Amino acid sequence: MNALLDSIGYDSWVLHALVWLPVLGMGLVLWSEEERAKKVAFWWSLGVCVLSLGLWWAFDATEAGFQMTSTTPWIESWGVSYSLGLDGISLFMVILTTLSTSLAILGSFNYIKTRERAFYALMLLLEAGVVGVFVATDVLLFYVFFELTLVPMYFIVGVWGGERRIYAAIKFFLYTALGSLLMLVGILYLFWRAKNLLGAPTFAYSDFLLIPLSGTEQLWLFTAFALAFSVKVPLFPLHTWLPDAHVEAPTPGSVILAAVLLKVGTYGFLRFLLPFFPVASQHPAVVGTMLVIGVIGILYTAWVAAVQPDAKKLVAYTSVAHMGFVVLGIFALTVNGLQGGLIVMISHGLSTGALFLMLGMLYERRHTRQIADFGGLARVAPWFATAFVITALASIGLPGTSGFVGEFLALLGTFETHPTIAIVASLGVIFAAYYMLPMVQSVFFNRLETDENREVEDLSRRELAILAPLVALMIWIGWNPTPFLERMEPSVRAVIERVQSASPEAQAAAAAAEAIEEAVDEVGGDPVDADEELDAQAAAGAERAQ
Amino acid sequence: MINEALVLSAIIFVIGTFGVLVRRNAIIMFLCIELQLNAVNVAFVAFANLYGIEGQIFVFFVMTVAAAEAAVGLAIIISIFRHYETVDVGSFNLLKW
Amino acid sequence: MTALLTAALAQGGSPAAESGAFEPFLPGLIVLLPLLGFLANGALALAHGRDSANAVRAGGELDLGERGSRPLTHTLPSWIGPGVLGVAFVITLVNFTRMLGVELAEPVVVSYWTWMATGTFTVDAALQLDQLSFLMMMIVTGVGFLIHLFSVGYMQDDAGYPRYFAFLNLFVFFMLVLVMGASYALMFVGWEGVGLCSYLLIGFWFSDKEKADAGKKAFIVNRIGDFGFLVAMFLLYTTFGTLDFVPVFDGTETLVYGGGLVTAITLFFFLGAAGKSAQIPLYVWLPDAMAGPTPVSALIHAATMVTAGVYLVARSSVLFALSPVGGATVAGVGVLTALFAATIALQQHDIKKVLAYSTVSQLGYMFVGVGVGAYAAGVFHLMTHAFFKALLFLGSGAVIHSMHHAYHHTHSHEDAQDMRNMGGLKAHMPITWITMWIATLAIAGIWPLAGFFSKDEIIWQAAAFGGAETAPYPLLYSLYWAMALVAAMLTAFYMTRMMVMTFHGANRTGTEEAKHLHEAPAIMWVPLAVLAVGSVFGGWINVPEALRTSVLGFGGALPMSEWLHHWLEPITARAHEVQLEHLGEVAHAAPIGGGEVAWAIISTVAALAVVVAAFRVVGAQKVVPAAQSPAPTGFAKVLYNKYYVDEHYDRFIVRPILGASRFCWKVIDATIIDGTVNAVGWIAKGLGWGVSMFQTGSVNTYAFILTLGVLVILGVSIF
Repeated sequence: MNALLDSIGYDSWVLHALVWLPVLGMGLVLWSEEERAKKVAFWWSLGVCVLSLGLWWAFDATEAGFQMTSTTPWIESWGVSYSLGLDGISLFMVILTTLSTSLAILGSFNYIKTRERAFYALMLLLEAGVVGVFVATDVLLFYVFFELTLVPMYFIVGVWGGERRIYAAIKFFLYTALGSLLMLVGILYLFWRAKNLLGAPTFAYSDFLLIPLSGTEQLWLFTAFALAFSVKVPLFPLHTWLPDAHVEAPTPGSVILAAVLLKVGTYGFLRFLLPFFPVASQHPAVVGTMLVIGVIGILYTAWVAAVQPDAKKLVAYTSVAHMGFVVLGIFALTVNGLQGGLIVMISHGLSTGALFLMLGMLYERRHTRQIADFGGLARVAPWFATAFVITALASIGLPGTSGFVGEFLALLGTFETHPTIAIVASLGVIFAAYYMLPMVQSVFFNRLETDENREVEDLSRRELAILAPLVALMIWIGWNPTPFLERMEPSVRAVIERVQSASPEAQAAAAAAEAIEEAVDEVGGDPVDADEELDAQAAAGAERAQ
Repeated sequence: MINEALVLSAIIFVIGTFGVLVRRNAIIMFLCIELQLNAVNVAFVAFANLYGIEGQIFVFFVMTVAAAEAAVGLAIIISIFRHYETVDVGSFNLLKW
Repeated sequence: MTALLTAALAQGGSPAAESGAFEPFLPGLIVLLPLLGFLANGALALAHGRDSANAVRAGGELDLGERGSRPLTHTLPSWIGPGVLGVAFVITLVNFTRMLGVELAEPVVVSYWTWMATGTFTVDAALQLDQLSFLMMMIVTGVGFLIHLFSVGYMQDDAGYPRYFAFLNLFVFFMLVLVMGASYALMFVGWEGVGLCSYLLIGFWFSDKEKADAGKKAFIVNRIGDFGFLVAMFLLYTTFGTLDFVPVFDGTETLVYGGGLVTAITLFFFLGAAGKSAQIPLYVWLPDAMAGPTPVSALIHAATMVTAGVYLVARSSVLFALSPVGGATVAGVGVLTALFAATIALQQHDIKKVLAYSTVSQLGYMFVGVGVGAYAAGVFHLMTHAFFKALLFLGSGAVIHSMHHAYHHTHSHEDAQDMRNMGGLKAHMPITWITMWIATLAIAGIWPLAGFFSKDEIIWQAAAFGGAETAPYPLLYSLYWAMALVAAMLTAFYMTRMMVMTFHGANRTGTEEAKHLHEAPAIMWVPLAVLAVGSVFGGWINVPEALRTSVLGFGGALPMSEWLHHWLEPITARAHEVQLEHLGEVAHAAPIGGGEVAWAIISTVAALAVVVAAFRVVGAQKVVPAAQSPAPTGFAKVLYNKYYVDEHYDRFIVRPILGASRFCWKVIDATIIDGTVNAVGWIAKGLGWGVSMFQTGSVNTYAFILTLGVLVILGVSIF
């Protein structure tokens, strides 16, 4: 496989292709006839997805930094460049994006009945934007893509959504835009600092890493960036746009929103917050706040989810709970925690995406999402019930599914540094069963009472083709997550090391080492004195480092 | 000489402004705007006598713009008249809130 | 999965540890076979599902037709389901006999692939082959095979037959992962997996809301226990840096005896065990679990899954030995549960409910055993209990099957499980009657049946432990001993009551119905007979030396002395060392005097007396059919309603959580947070509205303001 990829120079063009091919596809869709638009969009996005799968082999699992990088100046006077790159953190996000986009498009064939060309064009634009977010290595380019994802999503919710779509779309847009403006201010501040430091304007990610920020600066900037990403994740109490957006969005919109757009937030935590502001991200107050918010997200939204009468809203709330595990894993600042968080991100993309797809299929059949309207569907739709139950179990983290691996590692990593938080968060496994099982029971089990439910069709071939890869992936990751973990480990480790090198202990040790050198220089010819002083300083440094 | 020309220009301009402010007939208002433009033209010509040819060139620009404006403006007024059967600006308040 | 297959076929992966001469024989295949069975039956079930769905959509039920002419999707599971288990049992046997020949001091760990590896935490998909796991595998595959056979007779007229076997095979797969997994993490996979299968099988007839509810309840209550298991794993990982059994147990030497850490680990593990093994306060799901098909109750809720907690404690014996508080809690909760459940069983009328509470009670005994450091005794009772309780459940299944048929013929809607509707069945079902009496006597602790040896061993060990030289809380253990004795008497009583009400006296089913009562077919009674043999002789493999040489061991005629104890010695050796070091020699007399043999004789004579008394008392009672029975009164009513525990849980736990959930949603989320968000929106809108007042729509106004503005600017710039 590697030889094949090398022979076509895969590494050199694939990232550009993944960003621009969807844009090209958007043109094709707009240009094609109305009734063929969906097929064009699907096959095109499937092609993009297949193309992205090559990353699995082309990616070098021993490399921590960005791979397949390329840089072209874009706005030279401001130092903005069009530069792309991929590392272990973004690798699976890119594949998840291309996969869920093509499945979401396939899943919307019966759902989207109006303005099809425009819809599928927007879906492809959205794909381009999200892939861009994950592969951009220039901070301003990242910001452009970050904002670009808003536009198609706004229209998808606002045009093809349910009854309160305008309210939901505006809420979604305002919430997110408000947060990201603060981040823009932060970016500009970093730009200004980088320019003063390096003497030339630059927005490059690697240049921003060089800026020596003071603790106070880091705290302010951390807050600005964290707000932008927390809205995206979303974290309690900034989450209320999500249930509304999910409920009103058409199925494919919900799928993309849950599977990929939420990950942009946690991806931002990993990509920007921790490396840019290492001192702030391990400040006890900051870590404590983020962890507590994560735990509240897990437990509180689990409770809220459990009493929802609307199945889609229920699943939307569970998204918040899942993302709580990710935040926990990230701010545990351990290798296990971060990797667990990343696996939860993948797993949540698969399972929640599949749940939204299936609720959409139910909606197409019954034109309702109220849990109370269903009942006994397993008797007339056994395949449907099987797929739904497996997905629901993956969602609540049953061992043998991807959900367990992620949640387990995230909690394990959290326990290493914050045992109490981890124990409280582990209660989430109980409440996960508490919100999911009653819904599954009311929809698929119990008596088959109404004639409408009796008429519900089982999965069609197309629907089976959508769900099969998702279910297979959930189980595969559940039993063999190692290939995923080993690809993300070096990058995750690099993040952790960068944070730890900025810890007060590490700083003290570095200062001590410097002092030793100075002492040696000062004393010069007198080896005995130098040695004594050396020992004393080293001991002091080591003590502080402990 | 220049003073008299400028005073004339100012008087015509004030008449035009006053007309725009107090009259409600769209065509009259339009004529008043033309009056203002031509007041400016007078000032330009007067200054051209003192400082050089550029002022006269600008007069041509202003006349061109005024002609284009008249064409577009009159077309708008006609289409408004077709719709409302009046050219009283007091009755066009679609922009209110 | 292919990795597992190829590795299994290539003579069982790569043994990590040198294991003397023990060559494992295809151990991976033991796990793989039930999984393949699940996949095959699952595929059949899905294929079958389309047809039955179409039938349901047409407004009816799928017509299976006569037994001879059913579709392949319905008949193949009869072969696949029990078949894979039979082969797995044979492979286990081969391994077991190979193992018998060698002294295996260290467990053999067969590793297949790296399951999770993050760089700091690694856990392999590996199977651990040692004495304890083999004992459990024998029970799971052996008893499981018999129950699968029984199921063929019991379930084959059900429309969901292939699905039933798919779930049953999946259960065995997860149970084997549970007992064979070489790490706590892998054990947890099996642990939650069996919980899932239990959920699916309890709610097998999911159209009935009550049954689906019971499954859900089982899952959620189990998850409370799983929470404890998870936390215990986290503690282990932060202490030892691994979750694999071998390094963890090797590392226990660094732990402080009675320290806070080990106590926390054991208590959290026990929370997990209490959930899975239905101990106070998490036992409430098990009686409800009787909603599942009866063979499921026999396999999952009697013989195997519910004993997983006992297995967990036995597996972690060294941890529990290091924590006196942990051990006392395990034994205390166990004995309390044993007594508590036994009293409830006294007043139940549903035959399966009696057996369910009996199971809860017997599980309590097992925890007493492992709690007082008699790990072999606890596991011993686990094994004998698997025989006689599986037999009792299958027997009750045969009875229910027969009753059901009888009522089916007359289209009566009476309860086929209510013992008040039975009576006198011995005339109709002699084999079931005899085999069930054997099991009843065994569970009642009548010499020389299996239950006598295992239960008596546990009761005696409780006394011996409490009397050890430096035993912690000696008085407490004396109390445990006394409570265990009382519970044993209650067991004898309620079991005899059940037998009398079911099989003796006059028949209360109805005259027409009685004509249709019949003995179970061979495929159902043969497993009963095999289990009856186990219930009789199963106890003889672990007769204590003192008993063996006395009259109770036929004066030394039994060839095996404490065989199971010695067999499990490599597993429990570390725990016993810890005990010997910190507790000293155990006592040789009960708290009120008397040696092991004396108390064994006392207890079996007492139990026999209770059986006879119960036979007379219950036999003399005037039992009327359920429809005419008066409601119970007084304390009997409290017992009949199970001390109202479910009601209290509902009132003090379930409802408050639901209420809090609604509060979070309606008040916090929808009012406070969203209210704030919308308020911000309204404020912005209001401001805009205020400013928009300047927008009059009149061109003159605009022009006037414009002129005014120009004048102001001019004025400011000039002056």
